[in-house]
Amino acid sequence: MDFEISKKVEKLAPSGIRAFFDLVLGMKDVISLGVGEPDFVTPWHIREAAIYSLEQGMTSYTSNKGMPELRKQITHFLKNRYGLNYDWDEEVLITVGVSEGLDLAFRAILNPGDMVLVPEPNYVSYAPTVELAGGKAVILKTTIDNGFKIMPEQIEKGITKGVKAMMINYPCNPTGVSYTKAELSKIARIVKKHNLLVLSDEVYDELTYDFDHTPLSSIAGMKGRVLYFNGFSKSYAMTGFRVGYVCGPSKIVAAMTKIHQYTMLCVSITGQIAAIEALRHSHASVQEMKREYKRRRAYIVDALNGLGLDCHMPQGAFYVFPSVKKTGQNSMDFARDLLKKKKVALVPGVAFGSSCEGYVRISYASSYENLKEAIARIKNYLE
Amino acid sequence: MDEILEILSNDARINASEIAKLTGNSKDAVQKAIKKYEKNGTIVKYKTVINPDLLEGSRPRVRALIEVSISPQKNVGFDNVAERIYSFPEVTSCYLVSGAYDLLLVVEGEDLQTVSNFVASKLSPMENVRSTSTHFLLKKYKEDGQILKKTAQRRRLNISY
Repeated sequence: MDFEISKKVEKLAPSGIRAFFDLVLGMKDVISLGVGEPDFVTPWHIREAAIYSLEQGMTSYTSNKGMPELRKQITHFLKNRYGLNYDWDEEVLITVGVSEGLDLAFRAILNPGDMVLVPEPNYVSYAPTVELAGGKAVILKTTIDNGFKIMPEQIEKGITKGVKAMMINYPCNPTGVSYTKAELSKIARIVKKHNLLVLSDEVYDELTYDFDHTPLSSIAGMKGRVLYFNGFSKSYAMTGFRVGYVCGPSKIVAAMTKIHQYTMLCVSITGQIAAIEALRHSHASVQEMKREYKRRRAYIVDALNGLGLDCHMPQGAFYVFPSVKKTGQNSMDFARDLLKKKKVALVPGVAFGSSCEGYVRISYASSYENLKEAIARIKNYLE
Repeated sequence: MDEILEILSNDARINASEIAKLTGNSKDAVQKAIKKYEKNGTIVKYKTVINPDLLEGSRPRVRALIEVSISPQKNVGFDNVAERIYSFPEVTSCYLVSGAYDLLLVVEGEDLQTVSNFVASKLSPMENVRSTSTHFLLKKYKEDGQILKKTAQRRRLNISY
């Protein structure tokens, strides 16, 4: 029987990227710079805590909002780390990664036709999740001229009747761009003036190299209008555990919890226990990973610029976003050709929005030896 | 630990210009720092970690942990006795420890017999050595922070957002 798929879903996802991904996944002996997760394995003490909990028979559901101990640890951590004050019971929800959190938020706040400002380049899920929730994503294109940063004036220009919220992500996947406190304060001023809600995806916060990360919600007057998203995947190398959280105004968190309890019920208890352990004892391992990433960043930016692929120095995450315009190819052709001829995988810029044509995302969440080999192959390819 | 030392302790063969790039220093500054560390003994030497179990054509060497109780001497305590003991090339490590005995040695030899001979003919008869207790190592799992078993390659997807 031929079922009709929902029009909303039919419209989603650029098909070219899917085909390219399939090509990569079907290929052997590839050096990959296309990975959006740490190359470190989850620190042993976290894995051990998860294993122990299974031995103890901790295999049940938890509270919909997440285990109280985890929510308390999170608020405690945010207080110590950033001076943020969130009520652990009213203002925190544990989600299946940041991705679920964003989905819940858009569904909780959007009425049909409501608009959300989304800076581009951006993580692939933002616009589709807005659309699935019945909203409309208004793309704000950033360019290399501003270092891929969203400018306050741009936000102001983008605000029309019907714009209800704005999405921001820093350090950014795919560009690695982040914002200083001064830059965020300027954005905050516009946001307050126009009474927007901001969904701030700060999952790469611990991987900020040149200055201290500032959560948007820590800026004066912003806490009541920011949903702060974070998770354990990147800072603690826990992608497969799928644990994230959102902190924000209790009214919105309660609405999100309503959806979460019907669709997800709760996050896996093993993941939550691992997350508790991560918050309790991981400071040293996080810093160690961060130092390593910082060194690789220095290497890869230098090496790419040396090959004539212009690459700005990103402030965070583990991505660089060099231009491949000099090759005369578009980003998809470049990626496909490089993969076929030299077996190096990276993600074409178009995956992150149409304005990212001419760029590719390179992940340096790969060993130094791998990076060196990949650079050698790219050099060889360009010659 | 200094970042240069952190990098070198993981890969002694990396050169100064690579370290310079990774740490954002000049090559000169890195070379200078390394020279200084070598001179003042912070960097003792550059060595290769070998897994003898995988060596072809040679019998694995035998190692033993030996607990040694000694009588301390006036004025010099344990140091003189320790020196007499650790000067034997068979002794690869020597530590003064707290607890039920005084020195903990790691002793290496061609085979069981060699190590036993060393204990019986050299170590035990030594003046000031009151008693020894020898533990032969049966299997080496991890050494100097290095897990020796080759673990299965962790499979990450080659591409993901």
